[in-house]
Amino acid sequence: MSTQEQEERTIRCLIAKVGLDGHDRGAHVISRAFRDAGFEVIYSGLHRAPDEIVQAAVQEDVDVLGISILSGAHNTLVPKIIAGLEEYDAFEDTLILVGGIVPDDDREELLEMGVSAVFGPGTPMEETIEFVRENVHDRT
Amino acid sequence: MNRAESDGQSAEGSDAGRAGSDAGRDEPGTGPDGSGTESELVADLLEGKHRALARVISKIEDRSPGYRDIVSELHRHTGEAEVIGVTGSPGAGKSTLVDKLAKTYRDDGQTVGVIAVDPSSPYTGGAVLGDRIRMASNVGDMDVFFRSMSARGTLGGLSTATSDAVKALDAFGKDKVIIETVGAGQNEVDVVRTADTVCVLVQPGSGDDVQMLKAGILEIGDVFVVNKADMDGASRTVAELEEMIHMRESPAKNLDTGHHGPVDEAEMAEVAIDDADEEAWEPDVIETVATSGDGIADLVEALAAHRTWLEESGALAEKARTRYAEEIRQLLRSDTGRLLEEELAERGGVNALADRVLERETDPYSIADEVMGPIADCVRDRRE
Repeated sequence: MSTQEQEERTIRCLIAKVGLDGHDRGAHVISRAFRDAGFEVIYSGLHRAPDEIVQAAVQEDVDVLGISILSGAHNTLVPKIIAGLEEYDAFEDTLILVGGIVPDDDREELLEMGVSAVFGPGTPMEETIEFVRENVHDRT
Repeated sequence: MNRAESDGQSAEGSDAGRAGSDAGRDEPGTGPDGSGTESELVADLLEGKHRALARVISKIEDRSPGYRDIVSELHRHTGEAEVIGVTGSPGAGKSTLVDKLAKTYRDDGQTVGVIAVDPSSPYTGGAVLGDRIRMASNVGDMDVFFRSMSARGTLGGLSTATSDAVKALDAFGKDKVIIETVGAGQNEVDVVRTADTVCVLVQPGSGDDVQMLKAGILEIGDVFVVNKADMDGASRTVAELEEMIHMRESPAKNLDTGHHGPVDEAEMAEVAIDDADEEAWEPDVIETVATSGDGIADLVEALAAHRTWLEESGALAEKARTRYAEEIRQLLRSDTGRLLEEELAERGGVNALADRVLERETDPYSIADEVMGPIADCVRDRRE
């Protein structure tokens, strides 16, 4: 195949707002930053149930699932999403990121669950983008 | 894509299993171990696995190794779905209307695939695909397979991969496939080449009657929808559209049925007579309020009427033939293009040639002759 074909591979991301929190500025900002990094970003909109996020992630065949949670409900919502992805054989090859307010103790737990990284407030965009670029191809 | 090479790969890697397919997706460059599971992927898709369908569409979009084999395997399973294109200017309410349309078909027991195309950045190639947000009526219903696509730099309102993605949904067994185009401009009319029935959305008050005379998007509609019909000016827009439709002597001939290029007067008259025999399609104008669902039933009826007309008049088969002819041409063009790129690289790259033109040593036409000459000779020799 030609080099041109290799370059055409585009990173696809789903930026998801799960649960009841209505603050989506961060989700909008990261969507825009990902877009400017050349990614294709699907934005879920507010107030999504875990099932809806799973449906979107499976149908859209995303490489990256970015979950934005500011409500503190990550310990209930994230496991549901992960279980749903497993059900559709989509967990293994989806890079899962969590963004928002997550206490340090919970952070460890999320990482153990299969989340690849947790980005708190004030994380520079470049750091998140770089993380995606470096890790998206490594999944097996 | 080198056809022979990819065939070799599929033969060699056919036992690579599921893990191989994932590895192949991660690194499009890995070829041999990556493209071996195409037939497995196709089998999974035909069995109704959503993940396989999603993955096939990604491969199509990425033009990843082996995608052509997948599409050609799928082809024989296609031809059952009814393909509906929805186009119109940005903000006309396409997504909301598509959502309600999908819901109506689902309530009727049919399965639906939706492809929503959004624009991509001309600078970075990135895109924000936001139409999924408006699929509120169908969340949690896996039998509506909604897929967002970026235009990936193509103009015309669709991605070049869209028609292949439609085939994937068709083979998967969707009864209806709805394509929502990029919030199309006046000349973004690609959807007629992919959809059987084209539905054009117009907003009330979207221009004076001269707009209705212009060539482009208003020529391609099989069904017109004045959405947001509760807004001021809706009835005037309906009247203007109806006037436009009655002024049509031969509806969208060039685009619709593939009657070729420029025609002379005699041929034109002949075509007109033909049409009188088989009763030309006269588009309906439907008023809807997509947010509330008003008028959606009328729209579904109008779309069904067009489908019936397509089948009974023979226009459907004619359309399909035109579509495949165009597809063959397009594939050949892109293959030839790739061959020429190879040839250019062999000759030191296009920039070196451009420098020679810049120095006035030669000119673009001479270079084209020089590069193309041997290829043309070769092909002509083989033909004899």
